[in-house]
Amino acid sequence: MSTVEALDTTPHRPLRTARLRLSGFFWRHRWAKGLLLLAPPVLAFGLVYLASLIALFISSFWTVNPFTTDIEHIWNLQNYKTLFESSAYRTVALRTIGIAAAVTLTDAVLAFPLGYFMARIASGRTRAILFVGVLLPLWSSYLVRVYIWRLILNQDGVLNWALGKVGLPDQNFAYTNIAVWLIFSYVWLPFMILPVYGALERIPDSYIEASRDLGARGFATFRRVILPLALPGVIAGSIFTFSLTLGDYVTPLLAGGSNSQFIGNVVYGSVGISNNVPFAAAFAAVPLAVMAVYLLIARRLGAFEAM
Amino acid sequence: MIRIKRVHVLAAAVAAALCVPAAGISSGKGLPTSIGKGEGQLNLIAWEGYTQPQWVNPFQKATGCKVNAKYAGSSDEMVTLMRQGGGSQYDMVSASGDASLRLIYGKDVQPVNVNLVKDWKNFIPALKSPPHNTVNGVHYGISLQWGPNTLLYNTKKVKPAPTSWSAIYSPKYKGKVTVPDNPIQIADAALYLSKSKPSLGIKDPYELDQSQFNAAVNLLKQQKPLIKKYWGLASDEIDLFKNGDAVIGASWPYQTNTLIADKVPVKDLIPKEGATGWADTWMLSAHAKHPNCAYKWLNWVSTPKVQAEQAIYFGETPANPLACPIMNKLSPGSAGQYHCGASASYFNSIKFWKTPISNCGNGKNDCMDYTQWQQAWTQLKG
Repeated sequence: MSTVEALDTTPHRPLRTARLRLSGFFWRHRWAKGLLLLAPPVLAFGLVYLASLIALFISSFWTVNPFTTDIEHIWNLQNYKTLFESSAYRTVALRTIGIAAAVTLTDAVLAFPLGYFMARIASGRTRAILFVGVLLPLWSSYLVRVYIWRLILNQDGVLNWALGKVGLPDQNFAYTNIAVWLIFSYVWLPFMILPVYGALERIPDSYIEASRDLGARGFATFRRVILPLALPGVIAGSIFTFSLTLGDYVTPLLAGGSNSQFIGNVVYGSVGISNNVPFAAAFAAVPLAVMAVYLLIARRLGAFEAM
Repeated sequence: MIRIKRVHVLAAAVAAALCVPAAGISSGKGLPTSIGKGEGQLNLIAWEGYTQPQWVNPFQKATGCKVNAKYAGSSDEMVTLMRQGGGSQYDMVSASGDASLRLIYGKDVQPVNVNLVKDWKNFIPALKSPPHNTVNGVHYGISLQWGPNTLLYNTKKVKPAPTSWSAIYSPKYKGKVTVPDNPIQIADAALYLSKSKPSLGIKDPYELDQSQFNAAVNLLKQQKPLIKKYWGLASDEIDLFKNGDAVIGASWPYQTNTLIADKVPVKDLIPKEGATGWADTWMLSAHAKHPNCAYKWLNWVSTPKVQAEQAIYFGETPANPLACPIMNKLSPGSAGQYHCGASASYFNSIKFWKTPISNCGNGKNDCMDYTQWQQAWTQLKG
């Protein structure tokens, strides 16, 4: 291409010289090329992402006039005081974190054997089928899947019908925190399986053979070779399952009962119902802080190399 | 400190409201005396189902006003939308009683000349100047439709048939009860207490002093373990009843009709304590850009035909009783089903939603305002 251009003698000379000069500049200054490539994402990150986070944080130090619901730009810690002093908000925060942890644990336990089978035992064809199976639910809307779970768990739903057929008593999970936990575990499971699978696939066969040669039995190999090497994958998956649960408000709203408010629901209500953006911002800072701590621990455990 | 400030703002708002008859509000001029040429456009905030093509299309054709409607999901969202962008983005809102006073005192809406709305004089007397849209004799909108919050129950599972709201507070149907997820639900508890505990002295379920308010919130706290789910959408409650997860709860006639159409054995009633209810008003933004189209719209939705069409579509009662025969023509029996042209005693048995404010109307400022209702509700749900 460039040789053709060099031989080109058409009368667009000034334009061509400029182009050549430009490419020469980028050839001499490698960093400029990097800057040019990075500029759009860095700008987007800085302006759209960081700036909005900072705006959120700043507004959490304002309050709302209770009568006109106008925001009053007076610096104070009232919102944070309310958060810490009210037992209701403490309960909501603890419930959110607790269910997020339970979901993460459940998904890890479910994903590990499946990921292991896919990575190390299944043939290429079976693996492809399993991959499609894992990803298939992601093709349908999240909302649809939550509603389907509602149909399953209802008093007159599929599960109770099946339990009745085999002579077992009815379950009463619909509109409880158990339902919320079940549904979250289901919808976020693919996000755990994929990184676990990735981590397990990367373990060289030779390591396992070496472990056997050194006399380790199956369980010892699993405990001392496979598990430590796969752990970063599990932690990477847990970042997804934990943070996705932490920030969700749809499932608790649709499938939760009278005791299922999440942080997201309170934030949504504060903005949409009370028009109290500063308080919503203050409460939204809680999952941010939780995730910051979580990510620091995850980095310690090497999760970022497994992503 | 905060308390003092709030009282000042309120005093200012009330003072502003009192000045209205003399000065005319926000627009700075008096009420219009005639409807001019349409501006070609009309921007509405409405409840879903309030701007159906069935009556919007003929309106557009007749007036040349193109209707742009934005649906809002709650009264609070309506208030928020009306205040957005300086309040000139939307011309009108179909506010329920628990939003209308907030809009009036927040100076988000302007007075309207009821004499320019031909069918207004035909409305049932109670909806000509109701306290939720008329302050000190100044009309801030035209009533539209209304309905009661009813007690809904499954006739197969709930026996004997309930006659009192006590049914949703008694442990008999533990885990099978559902009530709306809405702070205004505190008024339902207060209404029940006004009859079951007269010693509290509750006269108006929306005007509660601290001790009355605490009693209502405590009742709701005791009710909480009985609740299967606080429903947010009408369709949620329909699901709960259809699938057997709830057998009794607070509802709207709309759910009852939908469930009966689906052959679910349900019935609703207004219990002996009476009921809360909702009455909607079309209100005109203080900064409306298309006031002539707005007045044309007010006229259009008040006509018997449109009133009847909307009542049947949504499942509510028209403010204009001339709509009743048309309702029966469109859907036989519907006028009776929705209490069209109901007697004054039926209407008076309903305590319509209004925004709780600290001014209780007794000259004192010791009532709990809506912010406190919202906080209590959030705490309750925990």
